[in-house]
Amino acid sequence: MDPLLLVLATPLLGGVLLALWGDRERAGELNAAMSLLTLAASVWLTVIVVRDGPLMVWGEWFFVDPLNVFLVTLTAFVGFTTSLFSRPYMRIERDHGKMTPGRMRLFHSMYQLFNGMMLVALTTNNLGILWVAMEAATLTTVLLVSVYRTAASLEAAWKYFILCGVGIAQALFGTILLYLAAERAIGGGEGALLWTHLAQSKHLLDPGTLSLAFVFLLLGYGTKVGLVPVHNWLPDAHAEGPTPISAVLSGLLLNVALYALLRCKVLADGALANGLPGRMMIGFGLVTVVVAAFFLSRQRDVKRMFAYSSIEHMGLMTFAFGLGGPIANFAGLLHMTVHALVKSAIFFAVGHAAQKAGSQAMEDIRGLLKVNPTVGWGLMLGSLAILGMPPFGVFASEFLVLTTAMREAPWATPFLLVALGVAFAAIFGRVQPMVFGETSLRPLAHPPALLPVFVHLGLALMLGLYVPPYLEGWYRQAAQMIGG
Amino acid sequence: MNTLLSQSINLFAVVLLVLAFAMIAQRRILTLIHLFTLQGAALAAATLIVGYLTGQHHLYFSAVLTFVLKVILIPILLHRVIRRLNVRWDVETLFNIPTTMLIGIVLVIFAFNLAAPIAGLSTSIARGTLGIALACVLLSFLMMIVRAKAVPQVIGFLSMENGLFFAATAATSGMPMIVELGIAFDVLVGILILGVFMFQIREQFDSLDIRHLEKLKED
Repeated sequence: MDPLLLVLATPLLGGVLLALWGDRERAGELNAAMSLLTLAASVWLTVIVVRDGPLMVWGEWFFVDPLNVFLVTLTAFVGFTTSLFSRPYMRIERDHGKMTPGRMRLFHSMYQLFNGMMLVALTTNNLGILWVAMEAATLTTVLLVSVYRTAASLEAAWKYFILCGVGIAQALFGTILLYLAAERAIGGGEGALLWTHLAQSKHLLDPGTLSLAFVFLLLGYGTKVGLVPVHNWLPDAHAEGPTPISAVLSGLLLNVALYALLRCKVLADGALANGLPGRMMIGFGLVTVVVAAFFLSRQRDVKRMFAYSSIEHMGLMTFAFGLGGPIANFAGLLHMTVHALVKSAIFFAVGHAAQKAGSQAMEDIRGLLKVNPTVGWGLMLGSLAILGMPPFGVFASEFLVLTTAMREAPWATPFLLVALGVAFAAIFGRVQPMVFGETSLRPLAHPPALLPVFVHLGLALMLGLYVPPYLEGWYRQAAQMIGG
Repeated sequence: MNTLLSQSINLFAVVLLVLAFAMIAQRRILTLIHLFTLQGAALAAATLIVGYLTGQHHLYFSAVLTFVLKVILIPILLHRVIRRLNVRWDVETLFNIPTTMLIGIVLVIFAFNLAAPIAGLSTSIARGTLGIALACVLLSFLMMIVRAKAVPQVIGFLSMENGLFFAATAATSGMPMIVELGIAFDVLVGILILGVFMFQIREQFDSLDIRHLEKLKED
């Protein structure tokens, strides 16, 4: 039995099963069980890769190395905890009359397929298939964003589809140009889009073609990452879709898109040897951080605010990978991990808070600590963690990014510090009255599953205090893969 | 014979470009779908000829795929959608068609300039048409920006996909088969989802005007 087969086949099978039974009473449990199986398989895969090194599976179709196996595990883990969270959450939504049996089937089935498509995107060796899987992952979530059929959710889903569709079309053009360059360097056919082949002969690729290809790939996959100015779909899709989807969009899909960009950057770096891709990523990343921080301070909807915070953090990661070098790459990978953990934890807490208040407007959510202390503490600690307060992992990665920036690009540090400061003031100021203060909120009908919140925050705390040696080695290896 | 055929690739490329311009200016939804169907047919024919001239047999398959998808399946779906939504005879009011056309011409010049150095590197027989392919992509992009109704926006999106397919055929000898199949699958699923979507939008707003979808603004 091949672990990769299990990793990829489980969510696809789950998608089929849940399309049939997704409205049953036990569908939530089945969803969680499929996700747990995926997680177990990906841990197994990780053990094999850590023991034997990079792995080529089924001819050359799939390729597992330290860089993507780390994201596979993260994706499977957050996928599993989100399925735990969604069980009571969606049950409450159903009781509120927002979810019909048909919509429950759609939600569960698409949730599994979405996870499956992300895992395919992460493990495939073929850059064309990577594109196909990214697009498929978007398609699975479009109907989930509009699942409540409100005017706002339809608008959000339409924007999500059209903007991401246009964006990803740019990425396809970039991929075609890449193929054109590869055809000349290593000959056409099936092998010319395989990443392992391209990486071996990246210095042979034509620099002119590659720089144009990278511009298109950066804009295309950058749309998915949420880089300013092509970020408009992101806050809407996060705010209007069901909260479990916001959590996985923020925590996972953005990471997968950034991963695709990184794979392309390695090739462009090799061909160009003038650091242009890195400088472009620094530019886009910095603009994203600053713009997102200022938009963030003007939000009234809690999910929108944290969506902008995701844009800000994705910008910071893009900036870090743009700087390059072992420390910045290490910091970028660490930031990917802790951001995925903390942001999904925040969305879990926010989801239940919004269900209690019956509204996502921040002025309607008050005094969470009184009604449901765990939700309140989850939101408070999560916000502190995402703002980069010391004991949590976000602090460690942001500190590394900032110190590297001071050395490599000192002009950028004031902008970063101002943006982080603005984001801090905005989020902290808004979260405080939501957590403390008087309230008239009522408890929820079903006990919320808040274990995932504290598991995620606990892991983020651990990564801030102590990165275990094997994990550190793993990050270092992965950082090396992207040219550290 | 062969020079005639390789000339005809250029001919079909020009047909694609002219159709892209025609779509920008076309106000009737029904005619727009006819134009899109024609564009698909031109794309399939161009792919077929490139396949014949280069002896790349997988391009035949790709041409058949394009024909089935873009000339048969998607137009049928679009016709059904507009019939059931009762927008078959809709005429959209477009402002400033001449200005839009001028912007389109600027885009074409820009695309040719961008593509010229790269097309020089390509060994494909149709490399001269890479500029046209990029121009088609940008023109469809323009069409999506200026249109306010859902169906024309979707057709713009699909026509952009046509431009991309043509770029893949023109610059390279077609993407690997598995990738092309994957892209075709994504397009088909995408159009099905959009069909579902248009009914949802219609149900919610009693209209397919995208201007209703501009409420989520930053305040």
